[in-house]
Amino acid sequence: MSEITLNTAVSGVPEAPSRTAPVRTTGAVAWARQNLFGSWWSTAVTLALAYLIVRWTIGFVEWAFLNAIWEVPVVNGQAQTQACREIKGIGACWAVITEKHRFILFGTYPFEEHWRPALVCLLFVGLYVVSAMRRFWNWTLVPIWAVTLTLIGVLMWGGVFGLSYVPQERWGGLPITLILSTFGLAFAFPLAILVALGRRSKLPAIKMLCVLYVELIRGVPLISLLFMASVMFPLFLPEGMNIDKLLRAQVAITLFAGAYLAEVVRGGLQALSRGQYEAADALGLSYWQKTGLIILPQALRMVIPPLVNTFIGFFKDTSLVLIIGIFDLLTAGKTAIVEPAWQGFGIEVYITVGVIYLVFCFAMSRYSQDLERDLNRHRRR
Amino acid sequence: MKALRLAMTRAVGGFALAATVTLPVLAQQPAVSGPTLDTIRQRGTLICGVNTGLAGFAQPDSQGVWRGFDVDYCRAVAIALWNDPSKVRYVPTTAQNRFTALQSGEVDMLARNTTWTLSRDTSLGFDFTGINFYDGQGFMVKTSTGVKTARELDGATICVQPGTTTEQNLTDWARSNRINFTPVVIERLEEVVQAYVAGRCDAYTTDVSGLAATRSAQPRPAEHTILPDVISKEPLGPLVRHGDQAFADLVRWIHNGLLTAEELGINAGNVRQAAQGDTRPDAQRLTGRTGDLGRMLGVDNAFMVNIVATLGNYGELFERNLGPIGLQRGPNALWNRGGLQYSPPFR
Repeated sequence: MSEITLNTAVSGVPEAPSRTAPVRTTGAVAWARQNLFGSWWSTAVTLALAYLIVRWTIGFVEWAFLNAIWEVPVVNGQAQTQACREIKGIGACWAVITEKHRFILFGTYPFEEHWRPALVCLLFVGLYVVSAMRRFWNWTLVPIWAVTLTLIGVLMWGGVFGLSYVPQERWGGLPITLILSTFGLAFAFPLAILVALGRRSKLPAIKMLCVLYVELIRGVPLISLLFMASVMFPLFLPEGMNIDKLLRAQVAITLFAGAYLAEVVRGGLQALSRGQYEAADALGLSYWQKTGLIILPQALRMVIPPLVNTFIGFFKDTSLVLIIGIFDLLTAGKTAIVEPAWQGFGIEVYITVGVIYLVFCFAMSRYSQDLERDLNRHRRR
Repeated sequence: MKALRLAMTRAVGGFALAATVTLPVLAQQPAVSGPTLDTIRQRGTLICGVNTGLAGFAQPDSQGVWRGFDVDYCRAVAIALWNDPSKVRYVPTTAQNRFTALQSGEVDMLARNTTWTLSRDTSLGFDFTGINFYDGQGFMVKTSTGVKTARELDGATICVQPGTTTEQNLTDWARSNRINFTPVVIERLEEVVQAYVAGRCDAYTTDVSGLAATRSAQPRPAEHTILPDVISKEPLGPLVRHGDQAFADLVRWIHNGLLTAEELGINAGNVRQAAQGDTRPDAQRLTGRTGDLGRMLGVDNAFMVNIVATLGNYGELFERNLGPIGLQRGPNALWNRGGLQYSPPFR
């Protein structure tokens, strides 16, 4: 073998023509070239869409920030909204939020007591955060929930510890949405597990009952259940006896959520291979040991995405209580713009309320993604 | 047990009522009673069903305090009972659950722009205590179209909300007047108004009070005209449950008292003075110096003085709450000024 030194042309082989740098196949530019400007057709679509997005963004920024009005003068308790009406369609009137944000958040709760529902909202968020941390996933959660929910009840109702009593019909806004969804799901979830197990039970009576419950409740819209709870139910009670309107709505929402969650949980139970059941039986575990130690932990982790999907759906479904005259976040927002001076500024209010819903739902969705990734590590393919 | 106790309370209430009617001399304060009135007195607050939000009639302000024309009627009852307008709990009710709320006793009275009809008065088991607002369905058009009466709307496109009697009234009216129109039916109030403003329809129809509120919320109200035609009768008023005539009487005569005060020119500013020195017999009866009228209703004789001093008379109530949304008195003027508001003699 002859020695070939580097940088010398091999005799008889012509020097290779210099080549252009290779086309990049990785990186942002290459990605854009491949996906956005691959052909003349896709270039045209990209340019057209980019134009629309830029136009829309500029328009939105102009409307929401540059031309917006953040405050209007108030004369004799009457807001002077002429300035806002002049720029309608050109600029946003965030003054409606400046003026009404406390009403939107807390409804008709007594104005000087607003720190109480505000604290309740913080307590709820704290409760969610603590419950989300895996280090608290043991029996300590039970007293934490019990204490927090009691504290929330005390703060909202008052009547003790020098807090003035606030009847339920004055509650409103964000606390109502959080109360309905949290209590609803907290009670619906255990109910759902029992119903899902019952539906797979070998005892005919229990199975019948569970099937009947799920099918009956799922067969009607939530709105008609709320109507039943609000309009029909009081007529069956003896005169003079009234069950709190919020409680009735709460029960309706819990039952409804329970039926849906039960089907989700049942999906998880069915997806579990038969071997797991048989192995548990072979170990000589009792039914409840088998269910609690082997079946449910596996079944529930498989159904995290549909569970969270249902949770998010119910968080938003609570806004249906508007038809029975309870001021949840969305209804409070709508009511805020009834006053003649503020009529017609719905977009600003709806954007604000939408952002609040988005924060909660997005947090739930992100958390479930993380949870799903961590819990299902062993089955990732 | 509960039913028995209730029946007994009723019997006692009925007896007390009978006693007041037959033996007014022996009657002590509270002389008049009935099941609802007793419950209210015992509880110490009035529970009043109001609209969830209707401009001018009932709406919470930025601080969550209920304000409006109907809300003031709740306040008036509380003033009559305890001379304290804050002793009211407001329960927001929707069009769907308002009647159940009253029937089941969740609220004591409804002051919720409810139309007085025969079936509601009878088979639903309510007593309407008067008409505090004469409403009716009308039309709004753009001033630039030059339309002067509703009859010129033949062939027009008309925006209307579904589900209420509004749509039915429109169809009935068009049929009986042989007018062809194209309805544009939109569920949500804001969207239907938007459609009208954007020119998707030539006219927008709903109750006149609603039209006025919508008009006043437009950037340039003068660009819109409310036509003089009113195609339906919507007499609105407060209502109570059957079974307590005493309470119904009280609410009824508060409304009549407010009208009488306006008729006599007694308002929030001069009522205290009138209670001292007005020599007109009618004014003396209204302010409770003669006639013992309050006692007959089971409240303080000076109840109308307290109400008018705090809230004003009917005209002041109207101007304060419904003036800002651009409503004229129209049929709600007093009978001697060409309107329909008429109080039976306050004596």
